[in-house]
Amino acid sequence: MKITVNGNGLEIQEEVKHIKGLIDFLELEDKPLIIEHNQQILQKEEHERAVLENGDKVEIVHFVGGG
Amino acid sequence: METNRYHRQILFAPIGEAGQEKLIRSHVLIVGAGALGSSSAEALTRAGVGQLTIIDRDYVEESNLQRQQLFSEADVEQKMPKAVAAKQRLSGVNSHVKIDAIVGDAEIDILRQIVPETDLIIDATDNFETRLLLNDIAQKYQKPWIYGAVVASYGVTFTVLPEKTPCLQCLQEYIPANGATCDSVGIIQPVVQKVVSQQVTEALKLLTGNEAALSGKLISFDLWKNEHTEMEAAALRKPDCPSCSSKRSYPNLAYNSRLKTAVLCGRNTVQLRPNRKRADLDEVAKELQKNKQIKLFQNPYLLSFEVDSFRIVLFQDGRALVHGTMDQLEAKNIYHRYLG
Repeated sequence: MKITVNGNGLEIQEEVKHIKGLIDFLELEDKPLIIEHNQQILQKEEHERAVLENGDKVEIVHFVGGG
Repeated sequence: METNRYHRQILFAPIGEAGQEKLIRSHVLIVGAGALGSSSAEALTRAGVGQLTIIDRDYVEESNLQRQQLFSEADVEQKMPKAVAAKQRLSGVNSHVKIDAIVGDAEIDILRQIVPETDLIIDATDNFETRLLLNDIAQKYQKPWIYGAVVASYGVTFTVLPEKTPCLQCLQEYIPANGATCDSVGIIQPVVQKVVSQQVTEALKLLTGNEAALSGKLISFDLWKNEHTEMEAAALRKPDCPSCSSKRSYPNLAYNSRLKTAVLCGRNTVQLRPNRKRADLDEVAKELQKNKQIKLFQNPYLLSFEVDSFRIVLFQDGRALVHGTMDQLEAKNIYHRYLG
């Protein structure tokens, strides 16, 4: 399945089924993330319910502190 | 107005003569004069804002020069406070801009004096404690502020508008507890310019009466990974936010006064802010000179000395930076041993 993450195409395996799976796949599970799935911002508890489909668009933002 | 200086900016139709007049009458506060602060200060000075206030608590070091565009090797040699060095450089760029340099912490008492007089605040700090304080004071006085932050090749920015967008407290759950800092993963200079491009463009829109052109989005990018993300942030506004809702109590204004020590952005440095007000640098220097082991350096703004593996820098406002440790207790002990 092919999805778009932060503007770039990404081929993912069948076992990555939902947003939580994608976060684990990208090894981002330790960071507090703001996630938009097909232009809808998700609460953390929704990550496991948000099922990924071919062509989906995911945006991931995290805050940093440096200046 | 010197039409020649601003000619190209006035030709830009959304600004025009009227926008330039507004810029000249505006006052911007920049909190932090590191990488982001240097760059936005220069951009706004060249653009011709009327007044700029720059607050920074640090002084120039060699490792700043790679990305902090206002500073020179001479500033490093003279250990110039960043706010003062910035003002000197900027005054030569545009002498028509009134620049106030404040060497010190962006603490609540100072912000209470300045923020009501300003039109907007640019965040160029390196920590979330100060950002949360800025957030609440901006909400209290109904001023826009523009969050910006960088690390490695990644940058993120968002314009906080009172009563319109979520504020930083609404987004509190996304603030990293121990986020990567500039020193643990480094930083490349172009990402600074990219965040500042966003911040200053948003500032120009606000200051010239072009609110309709504001992005309204949370923007992030990673220049090295070729990623760019924009997110509609309105949905993140919290109806019961303690900083921006009708039930507001400004929690970050209450807590701040308690912060006396701080570890500086991955710098192996602790800042101490003792209760006593100002330090008489000459007096302290005279005392320290009795100890022949101590190597002293002094300029009009600070006193620096080395003992063992530590370097201690004492500022006029009474703050001290203890370099060579990240242990707050150890820093306090060293401070008391040499500065009473």
